[in-house]
Amino acid sequence: MPVVLELFLTFFRISLFTIGGGYAMIPLFQKELVTVHGWITAEQMLDMLTVAEMTPGPIAINLATYAGYHAAGFWGALAATAGLVTPSGIIILLIARFLKHFQDMPVVRAVLQGIRPMVVVLIAVAALSVAGSALHGPAAAAILLAALVAAVRFKTHPILLIIVAGVLGVIFEI
Amino acid sequence: MVPNNNLAGAEQERFLFWRLFFSFFRIGAFTIGGGYAMLPLIEREVVVGRRWLDEEQFLDTTAVAQSTPGVLAINMALYVGYRVAGLPGAAVAALGAGLPSFLIITAIATFLPRFREYAVVTSFFEGAQPAVVALLFGAAYSTGRKALKGRKQAMVAVAGLLAVLWLKLDPILVILAGGAAGAIWLKPGAEAGKQGGAKGAGSP
Repeated sequence: MPVVLELFLTFFRISLFTIGGGYAMIPLFQKELVTVHGWITAEQMLDMLTVAEMTPGPIAINLATYAGYHAAGFWGALAATAGLVTPSGIIILLIARFLKHFQDMPVVRAVLQGIRPMVVVLIAVAALSVAGSALHGPAAAAILLAALVAAVRFKTHPILLIIVAGVLGVIFEI
Repeated sequence: MVPNNNLAGAEQERFLFWRLFFSFFRIGAFTIGGGYAMLPLIEREVVVGRRWLDEEQFLDTTAVAQSTPGVLAINMALYVGYRVAGLPGAAVAALGAGLPSFLIITAIATFLPRFREYAVVTSFFEGAQPAVVALLFGAAYSTGRKALKGRKQAMVAVAGLLAVLWLKLDPILVILAGGAAGAIWLKPGAEAGKQGGAKGAGSP
């Protein structure tokens, strides 16, 4: 199967099974892109996450475009992004047309109540698995802790955290 | 459909598509850091600025977008676009929302490899990586606070953890299992009252 088609189908599948926004997709990205298809390495995944957090737009689209480009150039980027948004297109339009009170249906709410805890677990496990690559030393660990406090306690904006952390990396490592 | 400005017929249609595109392009271009951050901007643009939806419709839209698979911002764009101008409206809005990302990332992906090995860039990334991991943990934490409000939800999470770490189950299967568990076990009603799930607008 040509890579471009594989990219489309892979991101289609990822998008179809993720509810809850960009972060929820990251574990699936990891599984599919690094483990299953080997399109990117774990280190590159971390790089892409960093860039995706710093650039405008939804994280998931940034990641998809980036990974797709890496795997197969411009057409790869297009295929991946298209794959990512197509399930939305179909489902949202069906709901808008036929199921105007989709979000209030009891079965929908129940299903979401079950999915959300799983999403939490998946994100946490994904975080643990990339933590290894990111923790090059005590300085990195210090940055991680500080960033965690800043994000959770002080609700610091992600991009500010990343830029400050990056600058610290330049100051201390270079 | 929501009535809008004062122009007539086909002219109105054409401007409408442009406006949809530009509104969502602007939203896509000026939000950094993820889908949920876009919601206030979408609200400002769609409810206050263009007046395509009223507040209640906006909340409905948010609820749907958060209850369906896919990228949140794209779901929002599709839904708003559809309500404003049908199928073409949905397409145009989604295109607007996704285009800034696509263009910028393609540019970066083209040029970054050349600079990646520079000492400064490498150091920057080495510093930034732990912060990114921290953001992931933070996301797990804040999602967890909202999602694990009841004992049953916590049990689902523990089961999921076992499935992932021990059984090495594929994430998609874990999600499907969660959904099934929810449908069978986590009926709303008594549960919903406890966690404020009945507050409407599907707040997660």
